[in-house]
Amino acid sequence: MIHTASLLIPLAWRNLWRNRRRTFVILFAISLGVWAMIFTSAFLRGMSQQILDDTIYNLTGHIQIHAKQYLDDPVIDHRFSLIDDALFDSLNHPAIKQISARVRVPAVVASEQDSTGVTLFGIDPENEGDISFLQSSIIAGRYLDTAADPGVVIGKKLAERLETGLGKRIVVMSQDKNNEIVDRGVRIVGIFDSQMDGLESSCIFMGLQTSESLLKIKNDVSEVAIILHDSAQLEMITRQLQQENPHLDIQSWKQLEPLALVITELYDDFHIVWHLIVFLAMGFGIVNTLLMAVFERTREFGLFQSLGMKPGFILAQVWIESIFLIVLGLVLGNLTGWLSVLATGDGIDVSAFAQGMEMVNLSNVIPFVIIQDDLLLANLVVIILGMLTSLYPAWHASRLVPADAITRV
Amino acid sequence: MTTVVSCKQLNKIYQQGSIEVHALTDINLTVEAGDFVCLSGPSGSGKSTLLNMIGGLDSPSSGEIMVDGQRVDQMNKSELAELRLHKIGFVFQAYNLIPVLTARENIEMVMQMQGDSKQYRHQLSMAILKEVGLEGLENRRPSELSGGQQQRVAVARAIVDKPCLVLADEPTANLDSANAENLLQLMRDMGEEHQTTFIVSTHDPLVMSHARRLVKLHDGKIIENHEQH
Repeated sequence: MIHTASLLIPLAWRNLWRNRRRTFVILFAISLGVWAMIFTSAFLRGMSQQILDDTIYNLTGHIQIHAKQYLDDPVIDHRFSLIDDALFDSLNHPAIKQISARVRVPAVVASEQDSTGVTLFGIDPENEGDISFLQSSIIAGRYLDTAADPGVVIGKKLAERLETGLGKRIVVMSQDKNNEIVDRGVRIVGIFDSQMDGLESSCIFMGLQTSESLLKIKNDVSEVAIILHDSAQLEMITRQLQQENPHLDIQSWKQLEPLALVITELYDDFHIVWHLIVFLAMGFGIVNTLLMAVFERTREFGLFQSLGMKPGFILAQVWIESIFLIVLGLVLGNLTGWLSVLATGDGIDVSAFAQGMEMVNLSNVIPFVIIQDDLLLANLVVIILGMLTSLYPAWHASRLVPADAITRV
Repeated sequence: MTTVVSCKQLNKIYQQGSIEVHALTDINLTVEAGDFVCLSGPSGSGKSTLLNMIGGLDSPSSGEIMVDGQRVDQMNKSELAELRLHKIGFVFQAYNLIPVLTARENIEMVMQMQGDSKQYRHQLSMAILKEVGLEGLENRRPSELSGGQQQRVAVARAIVDKPCLVLADEPTANLDSANAENLLQLMRDMGEEHQTTFIVSTHDPLVMSHARRLVKLHDGKIIENHEQH
């Protein structure tokens, strides 16, 4: 058996190159298919990961804590105290990497030219590092220095709308804890560009203490955003926090941003569907090519049988040939896929579709991301289904009647 | 003398639509070891069909075939393949060499399937190539050999592992008379040297003249069966 196998392997390899043009065409088809799988996977994975990153690291965090009614009615009345022993103990968990407490209330900002409704964020700049895009998105001026910084940071779009700019003063107006209108003139110390127009035009950021002082809510906040060390612990930590703090509304990003969750899950499922569609087209090519090769060599298969080769070995011969084709196609496809992903650099700019992208929490640049699981899936789909589909022509060759096959012209 | 091939009441009927075609009718034939038998007759007389039945390439409709004491007509595909691998060599009209293998590799192929060592295969194939007059051409592929040379390779492949029986179907049909004469002489010499039985189907008078026994077929029936020399 081993002896026959040692005959079949070089035989299959040489047969592969008998009709070079045909072999190159099918190799091109397989590698194109594999390339399409990898490139599309990288694009979808990039989108999916971008959605997750944009969701989690654009203020949301992995978990958020609010007062019970806040999410339905995000006003000053629905706040909670940070001086809470139970909450303090809960947040002192080794799985928690970073915590950011915020004031987050509706407000109106007015410049000399215009006014508009916004969300006022009172933040401690030191704690926002990993949770917020803000620090890395400053394009003019500076980030907030401390929680008591008297200045504000606004988005580029908002600055354009208000026809204001760095160093100018705007008036921030909101309701304090007594439901009295309060306002304060503040200077713009920084302008950010987040690549998400909605955030740029609807958020302003001031120091946490400054906002608490404006709204007269010392030590009270609207929300606490949490970043975990390992996102795999999300469900467990969320459940634990909920159990320990039943008086608060504690939700993971999956509950807070269901659209993002659905879209990322949809992308994951689409990977598999896409791979199968690509393989279907590729599979027909493999079967067709091998069938042609089998029909062309019918007489040879008859000869092999006449010389004493068992049908199983005839099947193996064609199968080995198809495995060579598939493996070569995979190598080429993986290589071209990887190179073309590499060529995209940081990603592709989709700013022309910014509004649409923002609806699904996507920023204007989508990176291409290759992960091991996607590569494995694409390669496994081609190897397993390729080997299965090539069984048909191989089986056909092994079923020939030697007396008929040997005389076939 | 040992009987190598024995056919008893052998029939082969092909179904062509609603018509039954009797390719072989009540064939009774015995071939002894070392014999050189020629099956002759016009096209469609059943020569190739009889060879195919004896070689287990096709199955009879009824009757009994024995090769080297084994019932060929009762074997399954795998057993038939074993029989062909170890006991029967084939030479075909159209040479039928594997185009991607060299002359030497074509000869060694059968030995490789039998599990012979590389060194032994190499030794034997080189010796047989020398015997058939193809020394120095061992690394040529079939497309680089003439028709006569290809048929010599086919004969070498058929006898290299010393089968008890070689079946040759119109082996000289594609050769000129000089090459045909050489090939027949080669087959006879090898048959005598290796004690191999040859059954050759042909309608070439040259081949018939070389045969020790001539079996004439007509419409699937044996009409003559006699020794010549």
